[in-house]
Amino acid sequence: MSVGKEGNEMKTGKRPGACMRRFLQSATALAAIAFAAPTLAQDELNALVWCDHTDPTLIEPFEQANNVKVNLKDFEGTGAGLSIIEQSQPGDWDVMVIDGVDVQRALDMDLFAELPADALPTADIFPEVRLDKNNSRDGKIYAVTEKFGYNTIAYDKSKVDVNDMKNLSSLWSEKYKGRIAIYDYYLPLIGIAGLELGKKTAELTDADLPAIKDRLVALKQNSKQVSDVVSSQTALATGEVDILLGGGEWITGVLSADKPDLDWTIPDEGGLLWTQSIAVLKTSKKQELARKFVQYIVSPEGQARLATSSCYWAMPANSKAGDHLTDAQKAALRWSDQASYLPKTQLYPVPSAELDQKMQDVWTEMLQQ
Amino acid sequence: MTTLSLENADRRKAWGFVAPALVWTVAFFVVPFLFMAAMSLWSRQGREIVRAWNLDNYLRFFGENALLKGLSNSLEITLTVTVLSVLLAYPLAWIIAERVPKRFQRTALILAILPFWTSYVVRSYSWLLVLTKNGVINQALLGIGIISEPLEIASTRTATVIGFVHFFVMLLTLTIYANLVQLSPNYRRAAADLGANGLQTFWHVILPLTLPGIMTGAFLTFVLCIGDYITPQILGGNNELVLPQIIMLQIGRRADLPMASALSIVLMLAVTLAYALCARWLKIDRV
Repeated sequence: MSVGKEGNEMKTGKRPGACMRRFLQSATALAAIAFAAPTLAQDELNALVWCDHTDPTLIEPFEQANNVKVNLKDFEGTGAGLSIIEQSQPGDWDVMVIDGVDVQRALDMDLFAELPADALPTADIFPEVRLDKNNSRDGKIYAVTEKFGYNTIAYDKSKVDVNDMKNLSSLWSEKYKGRIAIYDYYLPLIGIAGLELGKKTAELTDADLPAIKDRLVALKQNSKQVSDVVSSQTALATGEVDILLGGGEWITGVLSADKPDLDWTIPDEGGLLWTQSIAVLKTSKKQELARKFVQYIVSPEGQARLATSSCYWAMPANSKAGDHLTDAQKAALRWSDQASYLPKTQLYPVPSAELDQKMQDVWTEMLQQ
Repeated sequence: MTTLSLENADRRKAWGFVAPALVWTVAFFVVPFLFMAAMSLWSRQGREIVRAWNLDNYLRFFGENALLKGLSNSLEITLTVTVLSVLLAYPLAWIIAERVPKRFQRTALILAILPFWTSYVVRSYSWLLVLTKNGVINQALLGIGIISEPLEIASTRTATVIGFVHFFVMLLTLTIYANLVQLSPNYRRAAADLGANGLQTFWHVILPLTLPGIMTGAFLTFVLCIGDYITPQILGGNNELVLPQIIMLQIGRRADLPMASALSIVLMLAVTLAYALCARWLKIDRV
């Protein structure tokens, strides 16, 4: 009733002050909320991450324990991540996840802050993935490996001859024509093509590229598709393809319960080892909080959650994470086989900028064939 | 004097109305575009972006077959999609405007554009599941015995075109329908009076009058299709690259923003050319 009355009064213009008063009261209330908000707000941390860090089961325990809100921005590819930082104000970002082989590239840009050695569980990290040469410079640590896995062969064991999967060259055979997906990332795939040719990833040069390109083109002609993570996973899960070259536990692990026939192996020629590192941005205004976040991520609990993140699974770098994983999770990650896998793998190629450009050109030409 | 000051007041008011849109366009289109055009003349050398103006990126584009093929793939797919979408959307719009009773037209239109309500990415992945070897189409065709082996549709250009056409038929149906319902029935009566049969009426009267709707929809289809990255990426299986995919390749790892900018300018030139070709029919106010 009173609303109608006020409405009528306003319509007739009898009480214009009432309208203004209500507006001012509302505006004051809103302003009070707006100005009060910062004092009530939690501290915030801005992290540039890969999609596996966006799983709430990983982030929420840290947020609750520290009464902090972690703002996550996920990106794909170091170039995209570095572009985001270049286009941001110093201090916008506190933490960054980066491909292990690209830490030195970020250090060339003076992006990362030093991490105190005593703040990190270095002794617990699998020695093969500590990667001091990547994560440190001049004896100082700037990043820490948080997760690793393999770019190798993932397959549906109900549809392929498992013995064939022990030999990279079998993927070029007529037997598997049209049954293969190739993971769409040129660095590991160029590395794998190099392995098939008997070349070590660390020793690849311009001179190797023509032979690698020929092998990649032949592989493309034998394959069904070249696809990103989701499309590759979909293709393997739906039976569109039987093999994913470049895949590994990070493709099959998350599907292990629903698709037990999906498996992966490292062939005799070897596979590629990928690692991801985490670092604190030098320009962060919250160095201590950012360091705390890094410590949480590399702690056994954080590592177990990161390893089984909903986006993709992969081995945690911290060997103590095993205490927080179930037997089924460890089986999917091949926890007990790591000792035999690691010696058979090589790190991604780390090309110079010029060689990187040529590798990308080879990849583009292969895709356009 | 009074008339003049009134005109000035009207003009000021008009500028007042236009100003927000103008500021928006300048801030979020003109300035970024100029920045992108300038950046396309820089170059990535090693890990550094060199801010010396040159045409290296454009020379590289016209000198490398793989990059040029990206443009030709984009144009071929876009033209195919545009033509197919028009051919499918026109009869649909016609049926809704002319054959469906007035009271059901709104429902019919809503049904026609219903797929718009789902996420573009989800729709593309849904199509992927439909088109795979074990998808609905292959299983149905195998089930009724029309084929003995699954058709290879997913991860091909055909899949990309299907995904695009499904999306753009909805868009074109709207623009053509809007044009059709505006046509006065007197045009048809006059044509019939002059002895034209149904086909002649359509060909000589209705079709020319609905060209603005067709061309507006076709131009929008062209613009959206040639710049799309998601559908070819999900449905095409990377078995051929279109220009937006090549642009993404430049950014993904290497952060070669100058080359990506140059390729984006090439893409914009293609759109500008398309606009110039259909500008004479683009009468959006009539749609």
